[in-house]
Amino acid sequence: MTEPLVSVDGLVRTYRMRAGMFGRSRDVRAVDGVTFGINRGETLGLVGESGSGKSTTGRLVLGLENPDAGSVAFHGRPLPATDTSEWRASRARMQMIFQDPLGALDRRLPIAAQVREPLDIHNVEDEEFRTARVAELMRSVRLSDDIGQRYPHELSGGQRQRAVLARALATKPDFLVCDEPVSALDVSIQAQVVNLLIDLQAALNLTMLFISHDLRVVRQISQRVAVMYLGRVVELGNADDLFVSPQHPYTKALVSASPAPGARRTERIVLSGDPPNPAAKPGGCAFHPRCPSAFARCRTAAPALVEVAPDRSVACHLTGVESHAATALGAVA
Amino acid sequence: MEPLVSLDGLTVAFNGVKVLDGISLSVGRGEAVGLVGESGSGKSVTWLAALGLLPTTASVSGNVKLEGTEILGASPATMDRVRGGRVAMIFQDPASALNPVLTIRRQVGESLALHRGLSGAAIHAEARRLLDLVGIPDAERRLSAYPHEFSGGQNQRIMIAMALAGSPDLLIADEPTTALDATIQAQILELIRSVRRETGMAIVLISHDLGVVAENCDRVAVMYAGRVVEEAPSGELFDDPRHPYAHGLIGSLPPIDGPRRRLTAIAGTVPDPKAMPQGCAFAPRCGQAAAPCGTQPPRLRAIGENRRVACVIDQHAGASDIIGQAAE
Amino acid sequence: MARYFAIRLARAMITIALVVTFAFVVLRLSGDPALIIMGPEAPPEVIAAFRKAWGLDDPIWMQYFDYFGAIAKGELGRSMRDGRPAIALVLERIPATLALTIPALLLKLAIGIPGGIFAALHRGSLIDRAVMIGAVAGFTVPSFVLGLVLVLIFAVQLGWLPSGGQETWRHAILPIFTLGIGGAAVLARFTRSAMLEVLGQPYIRTASAKGVSWRAVVLSHALPNAAIPTVTIVGFMVGTLIAGAVVVESVFSWPGVGRLLVVAVANRDLAVVQCILLLVAATMVTSNLIVDFLYSFLDPRLRSRETAGAH
Repeated sequence: MTEPLVSVDGLVRTYRMRAGMFGRSRDVRAVDGVTFGINRGETLGLVGESGSGKSTTGRLVLGLENPDAGSVAFHGRPLPATDTSEWRASRARMQMIFQDPLGALDRRLPIAAQVREPLDIHNVEDEEFRTARVAELMRSVRLSDDIGQRYPHELSGGQRQRAVLARALATKPDFLVCDEPVSALDVSIQAQVVNLLIDLQAALNLTMLFISHDLRVVRQISQRVAVMYLGRVVELGNADDLFVSPQHPYTKALVSASPAPGARRTERIVLSGDPPNPAAKPGGCAFHPRCPSAFARCRTAAPALVEVAPDRSVACHLTGVESHAATALGAVA
Repeated sequence: MEPLVSLDGLTVAFNGVKVLDGISLSVGRGEAVGLVGESGSGKSVTWLAALGLLPTTASVSGNVKLEGTEILGASPATMDRVRGGRVAMIFQDPASALNPVLTIRRQVGESLALHRGLSGAAIHAEARRLLDLVGIPDAERRLSAYPHEFSGGQNQRIMIAMALAGSPDLLIADEPTTALDATIQAQILELIRSVRRETGMAIVLISHDLGVVAENCDRVAVMYAGRVVEEAPSGELFDDPRHPYAHGLIGSLPPIDGPRRRLTAIAGTVPDPKAMPQGCAFAPRCGQAAAPCGTQPPRLRAIGENRRVACVIDQHAGASDIIGQAAE
Repeated sequence: MARYFAIRLARAMITIALVVTFAFVVLRLSGDPALIIMGPEAPPEVIAAFRKAWGLDDPIWMQYFDYFGAIAKGELGRSMRDGRPAIALVLERIPATLALTIPALLLKLAIGIPGGIFAALHRGSLIDRAVMIGAVAGFTVPSFVLGLVLVLIFAVQLGWLPSGGQETWRHAILPIFTLGIGGAAVLARFTRSAMLEVLGQPYIRTASAKGVSWRAVVLSHALPNAAIPTVTIVGFMVGTLIAGAVVVESVFSWPGVGRLLVVAVANRDLAVVQCILLLVAATMVTSNLIVDFLYSFLDPRLRSRETAGAH
């Protein structure tokens, strides 16, 4: 296997948080030992609920924040430290797209000028080239020329997100991190942007980290998917069968919680308990208080992410038990 | 049988701009009706208008009947008995839908006093029972807490308890789980199902999420640009949508299993209510639009039992066949 | 909570110290008290004796530390003009000032708050617009102009009320209204916008959807929330009870703290000016503390700061 374009190893990010205004401050591990790799031209989906650390992971991967432990390597070389000149140079090859395109755009500049901006900043070629490149980018995100002359507030949500995408692609990045890029859009518009991302990824051989709470969108766009819960990856595998045969109890519940038109194929699992709170992370496996199949060991030891089948890793004591039992049974037979 | 609530020709305009155009919809006793559509389709406005909850700047016309009695334009005293007592409503963002400076007891108790005539200790006991019912742990102690001391999911449970306090016949749930995480959304939907099983209450579930509506409703109405464009039993709608917009909406939803297919995105965007197309509001985005689509908005017509569609093109007879009657 | 208020208290002391320092510096820079009090024609030896008596010969930092040390001991100095304790001079003027500012505050509350609520509830109506125009006029017209206009109308033209002095309660009417109208306007605007903000909140719609009558929605759901921002501005008004009438007292020749301040500044009567400023700062700071306390009483979200550590 070739070396992944992006490899993330044991990332940890801790925030100091104060409980209330004058409470004692304590450390909250938003990201707690995340490891994965993304191959060139591949999209890795990162799903999880609020507090899972998925967005923080995205920022760490791009070096927008420095990790407290662990490392990110890009093309096999470690990412330069945040805000150094090497880091800024490498930024041209890595871009990020956020949920709110209006916030990412400058209200006072027409769209075309904003798409052109990165070309000016990184001093790409000459004037004529840049103008041609802007036109090409606008076409590639399916925005007509007249939209280039408009201002962000004159565009619809979908058009804005495509403008942001055009700007992100201006410097021909190898790697794109998308953080909930379609969550604020209506379903029909969401489909336009999802289709566009898929097409662009194929055409430009982009490598992507696609962060979303929406299982369906993540599956549609990704080749592999990582499921996060309270700062850890609990399951990682091929997008096509991860949601069909989830192994981790949390993934199972998440799949079950994604309502489907038409007949339900899986049993309905409703997790009890409150949403995960990173400031009050349970010991052992962080999921154990809500897990329908937790047992004694889950309360004391956090399970590691282990490969349980080709292209499938799970962090659960239970799958470990099952696969041990299965191997034992196999040995008997 | 007479429906519990029926809307007929409900139209709403703000400063002369029509945002709702002739909605006709009925909800039977104990029925679960879904209302889907994208932002700006008018799905929330429909029920805010029906219950007289829109600001006075809105001009509302049409009929809203509760068991045959007209309630649109009824006296404030009548409406105060209907709201919360006959028809209750819960909203999208439970944290901001609860009053931040009043205790939970006060807010739940208010409904009990208004609609059940309870007072004093009876309010306390019943409020505690309702919190137990909606699954708030340690209800006795939590009654004196304030909304900010609860999580989003718990606040929505409290909203549901408050809605149940008036023993309504109909619950309007306006995007009740949109602001919540997936696993919490599942909890709230399960709670609504179990409450319905116990009380036989009817529900209107307003949502942009086709999946949520499909799983929780008997019948679904699809709204687009202030009109109902298709209405059908939920199974039939998702298996066999007839309106091109409903078709496109379902095709826009990525499948969670099975083979991946390209999403059938709907081109373009929702029309501006200030510049509505003369004919069918969906025609500019419709792949099948033909000449008659541009002349006047199609009426909602019956196609078989329990199904209605507002489209001049008969999907079954072939995309190009245009129903004569619609052009009349 | 105790810790929270301890911090606030410490901050309040620092504020007062800064005000005193500021006054000290400005007054010392703006002219020589000896020259002003003794007059420019006074013989040099008289001026020198005056300087020596009041410590004006000492280096300025020494004067500053002496002054601070005295304040810490509760000694606020003596008037350079007649040698009486500054605090006594100031205290004897306070009742006269409060006789204007307290009724004026009540007037502001009585007009401003109901006016603001009413305007918000009838947004866009003729009454709303009238209230808003009145409010803008009320706080753009300076109080000396308003005072003079009132004097022209009610004293000069109509002859109903006296134009100045402090003999009877009737003398107080014009100054009270002059003070009250501007404040009422500010308060009305503030209450109106607080109320409008609250009325647009989702929980107001929830209350209506519950079947709560509009009257009860306004009284028991909207007002408690709108009170939170309104308390700030009322607290500020309470803070100006002592020194808020400087201009009006001058216009109506009302012998209050404000007049004393004007005279003392003109004379560079340092101890008196500093004493008044200290008092003003203390009132301001106290009213701020009260506002903070009221906040946590009105808003449970702030109250739970004290228990948040237990989570």
